[in-house]
Amino acid sequence: MSIKITYLTVVRVLTQILHDRRTLVILLVVPCVLLTLLRFIFDGRSDIFDQIGLMLLGIFPFTSMFLVTSVAMLRERVSGTLERLLSTPANKLDLLFGYGIAFALIAIVQAGVASAVTYLLLGLESQGSITTVLMIAAATAILGSSTGLLTSAFAKTEFQALQFMPAVVVPQILLCGLIWPREEMSTALQAISNVLPLRYSAGALREVETYPLPTGTMWRDLLVVAAFAVVLLAAAAATLRRRSA
Amino acid sequence: MDSSTTVAIEVDDLVVDRGGKRVLDSLNFTIAAGSVTGLLGPSGSGKTTLIRAVVGVQKIQSGAVRVLGQSAGSPALRHQVAYVTQSPSVYGDLTIRQNARYFAGIYGASASVADEAVRDVGLGDIATQMVYTLSGGQQARVSLACALVAHPAVLVLDEPTVGLDPVLRRDLWEQFHALADKGTTLLVSSHVMDEADRCDRLLLLREGKLLADESPDALRRDTGVDNLEEAFLQLILHHPDNVSPAKN
Repeated sequence: MSIKITYLTVVRVLTQILHDRRTLVILLVVPCVLLTLLRFIFDGRSDIFDQIGLMLLGIFPFTSMFLVTSVAMLRERVSGTLERLLSTPANKLDLLFGYGIAFALIAIVQAGVASAVTYLLLGLESQGSITTVLMIAAATAILGSSTGLLTSAFAKTEFQALQFMPAVVVPQILLCGLIWPREEMSTALQAISNVLPLRYSAGALREVETYPLPTGTMWRDLLVVAAFAVVLLAAAAATLRRRSA
Repeated sequence: MDSSTTVAIEVDDLVVDRGGKRVLDSLNFTIAAGSVTGLLGPSGSGKTTLIRAVVGVQKIQSGAVRVLGQSAGSPALRHQVAYVTQSPSVYGDLTIRQNARYFAGIYGASASVADEAVRDVGLGDIATQMVYTLSGGQQARVSLACALVAHPAVLVLDEPTVGLDPVLRRDLWEQFHALADKGTTLLVSSHVMDEADRCDRLLLLREGKLLADESPDALRRDTGVDNLEEAFLQLILHHPDNVSPAKN
């Protein structure tokens, strides 16, 4: 593992994304449009918008970074650049951390723009600060990237990679407490959601909604998100083999 | 070790199976340091698999591949062995220069080394162009530039001249020999027999077996024909293991 090669990879991945203006615009604009839509759906029920809008500030980066990372990594595998990189002094962790860090940076910008629009223009209110929201969103984005890096190992084509979205992401969105409070779900569903990482992001954001200062529960949830991200990244590293049949 | 100074690549009884099929069958050969060796054979003969084994990214069943005295693919070799894959493995959404500088950085080489490699493959004038806008031949040269930045002791190239125009092909072969003169060992695969004459040594591969391992001139002498394509054909027809339809 080399800090220099990781840094070069971060710069390389960011340069690639910056060259792809359309993807960049979609990443930055679409969450804002969807949040605006939501604001008008819950017109007159700002309490619901406060709750759902805040959670979406974490869920959007998770979903976008999952998609972007899994397709980018798949391209790396298919184009032969992965095989080439693994024959150079670059370590697979340089590559994985390079992707994780680059997409986390983009996710922070994405969450920053979405938060600014949601708090300043759409009138979202929470007890906790935007900074805390951004921190949680960044951690969730890294979680999304790690998930994408791992699932891309099980896809042979971009079609397949995209199919992991309904399989891996949607169940987490359904069970994380976004559309129905987890406390009111059956114990079995609660147990399932407890082993799914997105529920902890949603939990942390719930705390931000209710309490002005970061709480112990929030820190615990954030730590769980980070731990999941690390474990998934390690699993993704295990799927990168220098030697193949 | 005296042998390690003269022998760059040593393949010992190499067997590789892929998908239950034997792709390489008990190969034995050595490649001298500072030479240009051509790996020739029809498509599907196992050239790419052999090249991947030399680079150390191929799972092997048995036998050994040693490069510069070390087991192929060992970490110490990653600074010294550069690999150009058959399809250009570069980033389409980066410029030529950005690709070369990224790989240069990985090998610890400077940006000027990267720019020089881009000039060496004849792309200096369009270095700021995005790779996806280039023709296949140009992309192949970007891929080559990204290997040259390593200043490798061993350069392994899988069909580097496919689809290139004749002038460029000649230029690239001249460059290969210039590298060899400076001590680089090159293993170049090709399915085009007219490139065989440009090599110091030839390895002729067919259906995973080595049919010949000699210089172009020795091959002509042994087979008694002048044309190397013809010579290859003679070897196939007279190979003891080979029951070819032409014999029946």
